[in-house]
Amino acid sequence: MNGKNFYSRRFFLKTSGALAALAAIPATVKSFYLDAKRLIIPPRQKQPLIVKVNKQTHRLEADTRTTLLDLLREDLHLTGTKKGCDHGQCGACTVHVNGERVLSCLTLAATLPGKEVTTIEGLADGDQLHPMQEAFLECDGFQCGYCTPGQIMSAVACVKEGHTKSVAEIKEFMSGNLCRCGAYNGIVESIQKVAK
Amino acid sequence: MKPFSFSKSDKVSKALSAKKEAVQFLAGGTNLVDLMKKNIAVPDGLIDISAVLSDKVEAQTVNTRIGAMVRNSALATDPQILAKNPLVAKAVLAGASPQIRNMASTAGNLLQRTRCPYFYETSTPCNKRNPGSGCSALHGEQRMSAIIGYNDACVAVHPSDLCIALAALSASVNVTDKGNKQLVIPFKDFHKLPESTPELDNHLPKDAIITSVDIPDNPFNKHFAYLKLRDRDSYAFALVSVAAALELEGNRIKDARLASGGVAHKPWRWQKAEQYLKGKEANAATFSAAAAMVADEVKPLPGNGFKKVMLMGAIETALQNCLTA
Repeated sequence: MNGKNFYSRRFFLKTSGALAALAAIPATVKSFYLDAKRLIIPPRQKQPLIVKVNKQTHRLEADTRTTLLDLLREDLHLTGTKKGCDHGQCGACTVHVNGERVLSCLTLAATLPGKEVTTIEGLADGDQLHPMQEAFLECDGFQCGYCTPGQIMSAVACVKEGHTKSVAEIKEFMSGNLCRCGAYNGIVESIQKVAK
Repeated sequence: MKPFSFSKSDKVSKALSAKKEAVQFLAGGTNLVDLMKKNIAVPDGLIDISAVLSDKVEAQTVNTRIGAMVRNSALATDPQILAKNPLVAKAVLAGASPQIRNMASTAGNLLQRTRCPYFYETSTPCNKRNPGSGCSALHGEQRMSAIIGYNDACVAVHPSDLCIALAALSASVNVTDKGNKQLVIPFKDFHKLPESTPELDNHLPKDAIITSVDIPDNPFNKHFAYLKLRDRDSYAFALVSVAAALELEGNRIKDARLASGGVAHKPWRWQKAEQYLKGKEANAATFSAAAAMVADEVKPLPGNGFKKVMLMGAIETALQNCLTA
């Protein structure tokens, strides 16, 4: 059989018919799926949102389910704030809201209008690092670095709150930030350095 | 997380009238948002009531009133709390982390759900999460389970530290119900035992809002202690905790308060031991006898017998610490 005979008129009609049928099926299946989905799964609810992060105001629309953590990382592309456990157990997502340290993973973005958020990206002054960032570099306050943005945000607050009178007090008031590398001694040293 | 509607309320009465079935009130969110992520709480909507509730601690004629929205961190550093009810500050600081204490509200602390591992593990039966499905902890891991007041339906414990101090100080809870009626619930009657409804943690009427907590003026601001024993030094829930407070006349105990967390479905007052302590000499022998009375009352599960011994030690130590506080 040569090539010319293989692509016969009959072959062309049969295949194109079959392809057309195939193309039609997914459309019906898809619309059926969407109908079923609408019945079973409640639709997502979006709301307009104005948030102030690192002194910049953002106007966007967000799903009511969005946490501050996801808003920062997915919508504002501020990926310095890290997602560790996402359940309020590790402190990696620590940011400041109105100057106080909080967990961004347990903060719904919808509760933020009227409040000011500061993240690790908002700590430095241009190229001038925050003293706590300098101290972490100098005192080996980290190894892998994943928990570091949360540690630094928490450490800045810890100094501001005045919980730096002893190593024991620093450890107690930094207990909400876990470090799997175990860089705790360097972290405590960094805080003592800045608190001086 | 299931999609939900979100609204903010600016008045208690408006929040109450907007409240529908399957809609929940949101304050600090430290527990509720987590439960929603795990599909344990699946509300259709949230009403943010953080702006409608008081965030002030006020001294009143015979008590101290703590607004429902006073954040844990503010409560622990409030000058009036430190002067009149320092036991409360001690207990608050033993719980959670600085970040969570900055978020969590006073009323939310009362309403937090148990930390029983099976309640959180949605692939296992749990009568509290899914009524009638059974209790996994009854024949499972019982390290965090109750040693008193439990039944076959539920062996979970109440996780709060603040509530143990509030129970010890005989606080009361001020509530506004759906019909805008004001109710006062004594703290001892606020939380409940599992009974046949382990899915309910407390007696807060349906769709009601806690507006404040009152602590009656008391003589327990000099000799007090809060001792919490847990699997790590900080940022962990209690295996057992003890709030102890003594009113002393010389070396004689005029009045005593003793309550525990990590032992029951509700904050637990050790009333027999309190009665025993009254009028006795404040010394090691008295404290050890009180601890033994408490130990007689508890019935540990097969998997948490250690808690009985641990509790005895914790009570002796806490009472001893009252003398040095």
